[in-house]
Amino acid sequence: MESILNIRNVSKIYQSAGRELTVLDNINFSITAGSTVAITGPSGSGKTTLLGLCAGLDRASSGTVELNGIALEKLNEDERAAIRNQYVGFIFQNFQLLPTLTALENVMVPLELRGAKNIRAHALELLDKVGLADRSHHYPVQLSGGEQQRVSLARAFSNQPAILFADEPTGNLDAETSEKVIKLLFDLNKDAGTTLIIVTHDLELAARTARSIKIKGGVIISDENPTYA
Amino acid sequence: MPNSLPKQSIKFSWLFKMAWRDSRKNRARLLLFISSIVLGIAALVAVYSFKDNLQKDIDAQAKELTGADLVLDSRKGVSKAMQKMLDTLGDERSQEKTFASMIYFQKGGGSRLVQMKALEGNYPYYGAIESIPLAAAKHFQSGRNALVDQTLMLQFNAKVGDSVKIGDLNFNILGTLTKAPGQTGIGASIAPTVYIPLKTLDKTNLIKTGSRINNKFYFRYNDPSKIDEWVKKQDSKLEKEGFDADTVESRKEQTGRSFKDVNRFLALSGFIALLLGCVGVGSAIHVYIQEKLSAIATLRCLGLKSRHAFLIYLIQVFFIGLIAAVLGAALGTGIQFLLPLVLKDFLPVEITMQVSWPAVGQGLLLGLIISILFALPSLLSVRRISPLNAIRISFEKATGKRDPLTWLVYLLMAVFITAFTHLQMKTWIQTLAFTASIAIAFVLLIILSKLLMFLVRKLLPNSSSYLWRQGFANLYRPNNQTLMLTVSIGLSTAFICTLFFVQGILMSRVTLSSGANQPNMVMFDIQNTQKEGLDSLTKAFKLPLMNRVPVITMRIEEINGKKASADTNNRRAYRNEIRATYQDTLTAAEKITAGKWTGKIKPNETVYISLDQRYAQQIHVELNDKILFNVQGMMIPTVVGSLREVNWSRMQTNFRVVFPAGVLEEAPQFHVLMTRVPSGEVSARFQGEVVQKFPNVSVIDLDLVLKLLDELLSKIGFVIQFMAGFSMVTGWIVLISSVLTSKNQRIKESILLRTMGASRKQILAINAIEYFFLGAFAAGAGLILAISGSWALAKFTFDAAFVPPFVPTLLLFASIVLLVVITGVLSTRSILNQPPLKILRTES
Repeated sequence: MESILNIRNVSKIYQSAGRELTVLDNINFSITAGSTVAITGPSGSGKTTLLGLCAGLDRASSGTVELNGIALEKLNEDERAAIRNQYVGFIFQNFQLLPTLTALENVMVPLELRGAKNIRAHALELLDKVGLADRSHHYPVQLSGGEQQRVSLARAFSNQPAILFADEPTGNLDAETSEKVIKLLFDLNKDAGTTLIIVTHDLELAARTARSIKIKGGVIISDENPTYA
Repeated sequence: MPNSLPKQSIKFSWLFKMAWRDSRKNRARLLLFISSIVLGIAALVAVYSFKDNLQKDIDAQAKELTGADLVLDSRKGVSKAMQKMLDTLGDERSQEKTFASMIYFQKGGGSRLVQMKALEGNYPYYGAIESIPLAAAKHFQSGRNALVDQTLMLQFNAKVGDSVKIGDLNFNILGTLTKAPGQTGIGASIAPTVYIPLKTLDKTNLIKTGSRINNKFYFRYNDPSKIDEWVKKQDSKLEKEGFDADTVESRKEQTGRSFKDVNRFLALSGFIALLLGCVGVGSAIHVYIQEKLSAIATLRCLGLKSRHAFLIYLIQVFFIGLIAAVLGAALGTGIQFLLPLVLKDFLPVEITMQVSWPAVGQGLLLGLIISILFALPSLLSVRRISPLNAIRISFEKATGKRDPLTWLVYLLMAVFITAFTHLQMKTWIQTLAFTASIAIAFVLLIILSKLLMFLVRKLLPNSSSYLWRQGFANLYRPNNQTLMLTVSIGLSTAFICTLFFVQGILMSRVTLSSGANQPNMVMFDIQNTQKEGLDSLTKAFKLPLMNRVPVITMRIEEINGKKASADTNNRRAYRNEIRATYQDTLTAAEKITAGKWTGKIKPNETVYISLDQRYAQQIHVELNDKILFNVQGMMIPTVVGSLREVNWSRMQTNFRVVFPAGVLEEAPQFHVLMTRVPSGEVSARFQGEVVQKFPNVSVIDLDLVLKLLDELLSKIGFVIQFMAGFSMVTGWIVLISSVLTSKNQRIKESILLRTMGASRKQILAINAIEYFFLGAFAAGAGLILAISGSWALAKFTFDAAFVPPFVPTLLLFASIVLLVVITGVLSTRSILNQPPLKILRTES
């Protein structure tokens, strides 16, 4: 199987109050296309920073990040934005729906950015899949947390991404709603054949993925069921 | 495996669509922010429209203003050669002698100094002297008739058919004068006009030594096309003869020029309102973009390029700016109809107001430029919002370097303000002074706000109560609004207070003292033979002889051996008639600043004269320079012996040129006498008696002048207040929108505090403390700037003393602080009235 994400010798160092703070230290791993991976670790371990680097939201201080065969560190922010729009989907802990757009419009945005056609029908189909076809004209503020995350799922899958990053997708939801959202996430992922990377400290959620990378203090301390070593 | 970069093709139309969507739920708020520029644009459009219409009307009515194709006038007598030339000019001619004289109303017994116009001929050839009845203006020259200004008729309750005494003659009032060519409303009330036939003038015996008579000759041409050319050719000859030429074209220019200053002042007042609005726009868009940070970061995560994110918000600002500009232009077009009402007493022409499309266009363009330019620093920051903000709420910028484009925008702002100011101002010095003052005020306020944050952080005692600590801490915590609010409230306060102070300075500068011991009546044109008689009459009325001085009219013939023709840069010095005196001692209003005062000289000694120091500067003369005076034909060589500082505001006769005693005693002269009359009744009786016995003596009732001056000042004051009103209301809108924009920063904190059990009272108190301190500091800083600015203006521009009025200043300060606190607390109150969860959800 081809690897869709290659992380080699990646470090991230921040300058804080005149001192260097190493958040990630020499990280290496590779992820196969179509696989599901959990990145776990305690708060402050560097999970979210790692997700930011993998998704091209930030630049590593050293090392290389290769997404879908493209080395991200050589690209500028706008080129990385094009990569994100083409290959990447996001699910955020706090949903990050655009408050001034309806549910339908939120789902349509990634497609509109891509200049795709028949956007509306496709977005409605996705909303239908997440069970919110009848709420398509509601604004985020009119939806519950679970509903907002379901819209977020529909948006994440709308551009048929090669890789999907989910940052604590159930962090803001109650147990029952979490279960429904996770089931939906995995179902959609299965249907689409997308690579799924979930950043979480929820071990139960991590256990549902094929592979689990555990980090602590900015280094990988375990990599269970790795497909690349 | 794909390894090439994907291509993104975003259509421009999508950016518009996204801008529209993104603005949902914010449009009303955006409009409030932008509303701060509406009034500024409105003020400018009104002023520009008024200027346009005025120019059109001046062009259309210039002929009525002059009343003739060519007007020649001189205060000198007319030489034979000149008279010969005058007799050949034009296809039709009229003559007028204008001078100040007393008029006495026989029926009521009242008298007043008026502007007498003795006319012969069919002037005006264009327009008309308007009178009631209409025919009176046409026929008054046929007999011993007068046309009397309507303000006089009203003042003395006179009627057509009544009799007035002018000099030694009685005249029948044939009509009430309602309008004379080129006369303004204010001009008529200060110096009311009376028309009499020229042929009756000699018999009035009003023309005596020293009488200031303006000889005017009006000409009508069948073909007026070559008049301006003729005037140009005859320029030096006319100048030599002491004649001024006025044509329709020159009057157009002159009237337009005199209104340029008024327009400049009006436009600058509007521009100040607009600048205040710019601060409002800048701070509002800054907060707006901060609130949009998360949405922009999410869009960036989804693949939106930075320049597209920038464009989305630029489009929003463009359209909101356009709406504001349209509203401003519409409002301004409406307001322009008020300007003629405000300025009607100063206008020489009838104004026909209509929509001025160039002015509307200018307003629209200005609105757009300003909205975009002042929003750009915040808009540019959109390009640098990292998508990481979507996953890290408190993501901090990795680098603190400023975007080089931001510097370019600041430069553009400076260029814009300077260029626009230059369009309104006369000189670069004034432009730079104005622009630099704004820049200094801006920088000082930034420094002050930083100082405030530093001091509060360092000096806030830990022992103070939680409410105080929390209230004060809000001033320096992350996401605080201290800088933005201090700058916007401070600048608003500075502008508002400066306008208020300057108005006060202007008013106090022109308010003459009229204390109990000051003279309040001046009599002039007293001949040598009348001196004793008038003294006796004054004493008979038990009135004091307070100040009696001789006045001699003369001209400068040569300065340091140079005649007017050789001294081309100093022509004014030779042209104007000088009224000088002689005295052996200095008066209380005079102080020698250079040289030595000479009070008396013997025959054949050098005549050391004393000049008012400002007059010396004007005519480019220094100590020991030689001046040859032409005293009605007799040449008197003098040397500038001393320079004096003269307190012109003292109620007494002051002179620019003072001779020592022993030179001019035998020269043709008249005298001025000052006295103080105790009441209006005595004044009327005394004036009546003076007019009867000494018809050529003019009497000025200073109480009446002061009253008129007061009226004039209150009219000018109204114009100033009208324009300052725009700045004040704009400042208020900016203040409200600044406080409201900072509301969002406080919402979460207030709700969290409430969730943790803080009472409404406690939260309101925390907010009140914060806003009170912010308001007090910003208003205080603004006041300090205003006081310093007003002091500088008073000292360097108006040459007046400035002491800020304590009570009004305190009131201004208190009202601004109160306004900030009320607005701030009210905005918090609206949050506290709703359940915390609802607000949290709305805000998320």
